[in-house]
Amino acid sequence: MKRFATLFSTIDQSTKTTHKVAALADYFAHADETDRLWTVALFSGRRPKRAVTTTRLREWAAEVADIPLWLFEDSYAVVGDLAETIALVLPQNQTGDNRSLSQWINDLRALADVEETERKDFVLDAWRQLGGTERFLFNKLITGGFRVGISQKLMTRALAQATDKPEAELAHRLMGNWHPDEVTWHSLIEAEDASADASRPYPFYLAHGLEDTAQSLGPPGDWCAEWKWDGIRGQLILRDGAYFVWSRGEELMTDRFPELARAIDHLPPGTVLDGELLVWQTDADKPASFNSLQARIGRKTVPKKLLAEAPVVLHAYDLLEWEGRDIRNRPFAERRALLERACAMLPAQAPVRLSPQHHFDTWEALAQLRDTARAENAEGLMLKRRDSPYLSGRKKGDWWKWKLDPLTIDAVMIYAQSGSGRRANLFTDFTFAVWKGNELVPFTKAYSGLTDKEFREITAWVKKNTLQRFGPVRQVTPHHVFEIAFEGIQASSRHKSGVALRFPRMKRWRHDKPLAEANSLDDLNEMLRIYG
Amino acid sequence: MHLMTKSSVLTFTEKGIYCPAGDFYIDPWRPVERALITHGHADHARWGMGTYLATDAALPVMRHRLGDISAQGVRYGEVLQLGDARVSFHPAGHVPGSAQIRVEVRGEVFVASGDYKVVDDGLSEPFEPVKCHHFITESTFGLPVFRWADQSEVAADINAWWAACAAAGKTAFLGAYALGKAQRLLSMLDPAIGPILTHGAVEATNAVLRAQGLSLRDTLQATADVKPKDHPGAIVLAPPSALGSAWARKFGPQETAFASGWMAVRGIRRRRAGDRGFVISDHADWAGLLWAIKQTEAENIYVTHGYTDILTRYLAENGWSAQVVQTQFEGETLDQGEAT
Repeated sequence: MKRFATLFSTIDQSTKTTHKVAALADYFAHADETDRLWTVALFSGRRPKRAVTTTRLREWAAEVADIPLWLFEDSYAVVGDLAETIALVLPQNQTGDNRSLSQWINDLRALADVEETERKDFVLDAWRQLGGTERFLFNKLITGGFRVGISQKLMTRALAQATDKPEAELAHRLMGNWHPDEVTWHSLIEAEDASADASRPYPFYLAHGLEDTAQSLGPPGDWCAEWKWDGIRGQLILRDGAYFVWSRGEELMTDRFPELARAIDHLPPGTVLDGELLVWQTDADKPASFNSLQARIGRKTVPKKLLAEAPVVLHAYDLLEWEGRDIRNRPFAERRALLERACAMLPAQAPVRLSPQHHFDTWEALAQLRDTARAENAEGLMLKRRDSPYLSGRKKGDWWKWKLDPLTIDAVMIYAQSGSGRRANLFTDFTFAVWKGNELVPFTKAYSGLTDKEFREITAWVKKNTLQRFGPVRQVTPHHVFEIAFEGIQASSRHKSGVALRFPRMKRWRHDKPLAEANSLDDLNEMLRIYG
Repeated sequence: MHLMTKSSVLTFTEKGIYCPAGDFYIDPWRPVERALITHGHADHARWGMGTYLATDAALPVMRHRLGDISAQGVRYGEVLQLGDARVSFHPAGHVPGSAQIRVEVRGEVFVASGDYKVVDDGLSEPFEPVKCHHFITESTFGLPVFRWADQSEVAADINAWWAACAAAGKTAFLGAYALGKAQRLLSMLDPAIGPILTHGAVEATNAVLRAQGLSLRDTLQATADVKPKDHPGAIVLAPPSALGSAWARKFGPQETAFASGWMAVRGIRRRRAGDRGFVISDHADWAGLLWAIKQTEAENIYVTHGYTDILTRYLAENGWSAQVVQTQFEGETLDQGEAT
């Protein structure tokens, strides 16, 4: 574990990408092969099967630290990471153990077959034998979630440096459903004919938001435009008579979208589509709000009733594989033409539809179209360069999100709660209200949008202006007005105000705005009438 | 909030902690006639009081920061009669000159401890427990996740980092508050590694402390005419707000680190630390707070600035009569300001 701990510390302590990649590349070139494989797995969100429940871990940690469980839980709420909280509350000691990363993982897995008392002995013994970073990492092996400031992209870059293989190829090799128990370093990274699993997805190409004007992109003729849908990005794979649906977060979602199975009837095997999963309202011929999709995401298996109420359709906007061949290097216009041909065969009731393109001659005309996006339940437009290949990851230049300006409302801060983890000693979670006569009615929470400096400033203010405490929540003097930006508004019976906002965040701290001039519930209802 | 206690030797008011029997305030945050001050940090020693009373060792820094004030010095342990109250100052171990203030009225004893730490930092007068009936304690690091390592261990880590920076041809910038933390770090540095430079705010405080007889390592203020290339392998002690500033950037290749108790939490470290975060604080950790509270033998504990609710609940469950009191003390902040 020492070598892994050293790697982890080096990455964790550096803010410089080149340092992190160099440390990782060195590790991939020299560490034990099984340790390497597990490191790739851990840093890409895979972990050993959980051998101990987090409930037991909390109880045991509180017991060893000799503190009541509530105090452990309160500490966890501040630290924001269970593995770290445990490592911090236990008595400090030095590491006196030489087991490697993969040995620890094997020992942990063996716990699945033993009695709980034996499990407890093992964990407590590990806590005694491991100090500092190694104890934290041991806990992480159980709880999962290695967020170390190493993105998939940086890890792929380090692997490329260590193996001399192209980054794009490695990115593809690391996608999908592999597990360190079932592959070797050789088969995953090195083998020439990586006979890919049928379910293996391609890395997604992600767009940046357009900050400059559309005119800055050059002649409109070089570009294609389509709606930017407010759904879930998904990759539909049709291979060997089976279908697979992947999320952008590399989560296999096939079982959640059984209606997509019918795509097999209409499209040939060896087809991979990139598109947006949307709940489609056939009568209105536009997508339903994100809320109805949310009901579907939450379900691992879908009841018939929900399937009928909220049918999901993939709006395809790119074709990555056709007739079993990877065509990501061909220009977008060519892929699009193939996609249109493939979709031409689809009957109206098919669960796949072609996401339409908009023809435009000038950027001005396109800007006018963009202004109507909200009426189509779209977030704005996507701009794609005609001759661009399908790249992997977030790359600037060929794909741009050109979103609508958000809706905004001026609201009064009435409650504050402190954050955890990175934001542990700051008040960062706020509840906002609008006027209803002389009363302030809460209608949304928001956590983001302020600078670190502003968070520190508001934290100092909250401490001095607390009216009442409800556990971690503080009611504060109504005084500060914030401009809240959001992407959409829906009627909601679960909220006191009767509305639910999509992506609310603090756009501006309106120091200039007196309390009385914040917006009212009537204003909010008017927005609901227009945009809801 | 006006919190009446049985004896009301000290009460908690809008202006600060007030003693009716002696007609004085301790570390008030609004202007009052007579202020007793525990130490010179900005959230405890504020501007605008009629007269100030503090330890002899705390006064020079207060005069430096507050300018022309009407102030009187007192020795540690010296007993003053103020009205019906007997008052004395006792070392709090927080920074040089810092004190806990003991107030006795008709046999009832309160101790207002300001900010304190219980380990000897080799620089501040070490914390002395004072027996009392009522103890006012801070709770800045009142969570069991805060557990300070030995100062020598942290010193070894800092020196190893500095040496690595020097070997890589980089200047090491260490962020720390000008009063207390900076001088403590200075005492921990190994001058064999390279020259020790300071930001003007740190150097000004150094000068005040040296003038009152504290022995500090040699430092060189990094003024505009100091050429970074003439001081290879240097470490620079600077307030956190100066890290990454135009003044710092003229030193060329550099690494930055931040020294604070908050660096114990990885999330905060990643938000705030720059390249490195070293865990060192002039406030008591969880075990230190509990040890200090036990040593006072007080039955009534008033918990201020920090994790007040949590420490209070823990104390109440373990047999103390404990309550939260709101003050405007800030403890160790990660802000740009001078408070801690």
